[in-house]
Amino acid sequence: MNLRIISALVMRYLFLYSRTPMRLVELVFWPLVDLVVWGNVTVFIQKNSDAKFGEFILFFLGAMILWDILFRAQQGVAISFLEDVWTRNLLNVFVAPVRTAEYLGATFVVGFLRILVTCCVMSLVSWIGYSFNIFQLQWWLLPFFLNLMVFGWALGMISTALILRWGQAAESLAWAVPFFIQPVVCVFYRVEDMPAWSRPIAWLFPATPIFEGMREVMKSGTMNWNYLWLSVGLNVIYLTLAGALFVWVLNLTRKRGLLTKFATQ
Amino acid sequence: MSATPDTREVVLEARELTREFDGVKALDRFSFKLHRGEVLGLLGANGAGKTTAMNCLLGLTLPTSGELNAFGLPLQANRISILQRSNFSSAYTALPGNLLVWQNLSVFARIYGVPNPKKKIAELMELLEISHLGKRVTGQLSAGESTRVNLVKAFLNDPELLMLDEPTASLDPDIADKVRKVVRKVQRERSIAILYTSHNMRDIEEVCDRVIFLHKGKIVCEGTPTEIMSRSSSNNLEDVFIKIARDGEILDEPKKEEAP
Repeated sequence: MNLRIISALVMRYLFLYSRTPMRLVELVFWPLVDLVVWGNVTVFIQKNSDAKFGEFILFFLGAMILWDILFRAQQGVAISFLEDVWTRNLLNVFVAPVRTAEYLGATFVVGFLRILVTCCVMSLVSWIGYSFNIFQLQWWLLPFFLNLMVFGWALGMISTALILRWGQAAESLAWAVPFFIQPVVCVFYRVEDMPAWSRPIAWLFPATPIFEGMREVMKSGTMNWNYLWLSVGLNVIYLTLAGALFVWVLNLTRKRGLLTKFATQ
Repeated sequence: MSATPDTREVVLEARELTREFDGVKALDRFSFKLHRGEVLGLLGANGAGKTTAMNCLLGLTLPTSGELNAFGLPLQANRISILQRSNFSSAYTALPGNLLVWQNLSVFARIYGVPNPKKKIAELMELLEISHLGKRVTGQLSAGESTRVNLVKAFLNDPELLMLDEPTASLDPDIADKVRKVVRKVQRERSIAILYTSHNMRDIEEVCDRVIFLHKGKIVCEGTPTEIMSRSSSNNLEDVFIKIARDGEILDEPKKEEAP
């Protein structure tokens, strides 16, 4: 793994963002729309419920911000790959001395940078507009952040592998994949609120214990460590499997001779 | 075909390379050697197997069977170290269109670990007469400008092996001539081995030391442009190209080079 090559690829994305401010708007605009909608719903519920529940309902905003960490990390990987496809640059990258791990590493860094931008803006707006301070999660925020980011990277690799496998016709998966799992990772409700048959499925995803943990921290100020270890363990499995899937699909694409077709179409 | 064996270092070698797609052989036991300081033209009609060959040589497509070595090393197992010493330019790929030219070139200079990249980029841009394009948006360049920017990228790491896929496609005769001259100049100065594909026979006659004609994935003719024209009783390579493309005419059995 060569850090110079990763930094070169990251530099390319930074140039891209500095050249096209509209991309920065995209990073901030949709999350803000979501935040305002959920923020206003929260205010409405607060006004029409008892004080204790009204205080707790603020977790909607925390869930929104944490969900965006996962989503932006996934987008960092999948959209960075699509940028290369759209600009017909993929071939230049694949015939340069860039290892698959370096290419993915650069997309992970881009994912991290995207999260930083989005989260800073959302945290600030939710604090000013709705008196929700994300830092009430205290030090728990750090493992929440890291686990959701790693799961986002894994989903990004899965999305990219699917796009590589099925070509540009499948590029909407770059946006869709996180939403396939959103209903079962309990972003806005507890696992026990789900139908009994679907609860075991929810615990198969590393994001579920994080969202459960977030609600617990907001309610009681502490969290069951088992949630954290479960999330870490599942993330190791997901990251390994997603990386293996990406490499396998990339090799398959090479074997079938589809990489060039895909990169120049 | 030269009778005396070439003693120069073999930079790229394919042995019995075969690539099948759904049972159809796009490349059929394709073998060749490319020596240091040599420009080898790979010719053939559309579908003859040039692009498949080029993709196999770049590691973008895996061959069904056969061996590929560069700098004496198996390509697949040593892909990264080989690519570090090689480069590629194609009329069918582009550098990201929304970046400035200098930004694109800086990124690739960093990928290849070019020492003093600013100086190197400036030298190459001057050589290709595009010094004024540094602050232009890549996607807004003309075809000729874009080709020359791609060539700057291709020369950035002082490659020992260069693969040029139709570098003069869609260029006007004046720019095409300039590009050919620069490629030849840099190639001679640095003794680069170049694999060159083109449908422009003028390119091939001017740039290539040796030529391989492919037809339905097989080598049907190999030699210097002059030898091939004389064997075919043609005045130019274009006539040879047409004969081969239409009839699959085999001008002679390609002479097998002795194994080292």
